[in-house]
Amino acid sequence: MGSGKKAPEQAKVVMDAESMAAAIRRIGFEIVEANPDVGSLALMGILRRGRPLADRLADHVAAIRGSRPRVGSLATTLYRDDLRAGIGCVKPRLGETHFDFNVDGLTVVLVDDVLAAGRTIRAAMDEVMDYGRPARIQLACLVDRGGRELPIQPDYLGEAITARRDEYVSVRFVETDGEDAVILGPKGEEHDAGSI
Amino acid sequence: MSGAARTAWTRKDLIGIEDLSRAEIELILNTAPQFVAVSARESGIKKVPLLQGRLVVNWFYEPSTRTRTSFELAAKRLSADTLGITASASSMVKGESLHDTLANIEAMHSDIVVIRHSYAGAPHILAQRHPSHIINAGDGCHEHPTQALLDAFTMREHFRKVRNEPRAELDGVRVAIIGDVANSRVARSNIWCLTKLGAKVTLCGPSTLMPPFIEKMGVEVSRDLREAIRDADVIYALRIQLERQKSCLFPSLREYIRLFRIDNESLRLAPKHALIMHPGPINRDIELAAEVADSARSVILRQVTNGVAVRMAIMHLLVNSGRMMPAAASQERGA
Repeated sequence: MGSGKKAPEQAKVVMDAESMAAAIRRIGFEIVEANPDVGSLALMGILRRGRPLADRLADHVAAIRGSRPRVGSLATTLYRDDLRAGIGCVKPRLGETHFDFNVDGLTVVLVDDVLAAGRTIRAAMDEVMDYGRPARIQLACLVDRGGRELPIQPDYLGEAITARRDEYVSVRFVETDGEDAVILGPKGEEHDAGSI
Repeated sequence: MSGAARTAWTRKDLIGIEDLSRAEIELILNTAPQFVAVSARESGIKKVPLLQGRLVVNWFYEPSTRTRTSFELAAKRLSADTLGITASASSMVKGESLHDTLANIEAMHSDIVVIRHSYAGAPHILAQRHPSHIINAGDGCHEHPTQALLDAFTMREHFRKVRNEPRAELDGVRVAIIGDVANSRVARSNIWCLTKLGAKVTLCGPSTLMPPFIEKMGVEVSRDLREAIRDADVIYALRIQLERQKSCLFPSLREYIRLFRIDNESLRLAPKHALIMHPGPINRDIELAAEVADSARSVILRQVTNGVAVRMAIMHLLVNSGRMMPAAASQERGA
């Protein structure tokens, strides 16, 4: 984690299934502690890998409190600022925004696998606000890789990882990738763009 | 799907379906569902900021309610500013050329210009000379690409739902297009679009309204309505253009109605699942009986709903991906 760290020659696992499970369990406890009223709680997973994370967090909340919070998916594609600036590209959609509840008055916890620039979170906040007026919005992330470009910080965090610009951080879930792991490696070799 | 997933949009304009590859058509169709959801939001704001601060000019030289309204709404739901110019209220009546009018619109920094014109090829000519993104909203008897795309989208959406195959394409779907094919840009764009997507198209109508050698477009032609709709999955009635009937292209409206009208009587010969479509505006009880237009198997209003979403997808692709690849876009135009 030191500043003199060299880029790894090969991709390495920085969180294994066990440490991921522990981190997710802890975040679940923290969400319940801050929001004891599950009835006014909604977990919104940012697609793609925020959704399996949101589902697992909802399972933990359900196990602790006896009732499961609402869970939804946010695509954020229609709110991204890089598209409008002409520097992003129109990707085939990752999936669509979907939730079957009204956000008015709820505590919405945005859930994403990797936090980096913070621009996705900005887009997600704009999208949620277009659907209504939540009482408050919070942020839960499994990994914070740094490199923030906006004043956005997570309320609940699994682990902070120092990753350089030429490195990728990829979070993998059994549901989407067949395994649970967080991988750090040199850019250009990522098997799947798990981050950003 | 796999082809579309790899395809990036590189065109500056949307002029016709004839130029498009299957992958490009699928890219548009696959981009549209998220926009259906935007318009259908039950709470909050029914728009997204993808075209915020951009100017969309609707420039219509022919009467239009549906298409014009649809483009205007599509632009507004993408947060663009919109401006409408009609022929009667423009300087066209003072003798200004198309190029000059468009140059003046562009001097006010338009981003997208949607044009409908009675001359086939007008949008193409303008697109070659002007930097705006041009969308053809119907040119003469040539093409009406956005109509064909929204029709294909509506068919695909329907069959995906009723057959419970969320990734199904239109391969093998049988579409019967009935009516005035010769004068119909909707028919021409639909034939291009549907055949590229693998559907089987049968045309049927009075022989005076059927262009010679149309089979070369990869369709079948039938003179008998019963035969044409016997195994149709989709029955697509074209509008009889009453304004063109003055030129005596068919003997009488009564004869047309007797031989080609889609009504409960003729539908007894079609499969029960056959979907009824029409591009609008309907001449009730001429090409389509009211009882059919208003029946549960008609998706005519769904076509209208989907039209806004498909047009949003097109505007989004043109502005937000075309702009980043000027080299690719100009190559495409030169080709």
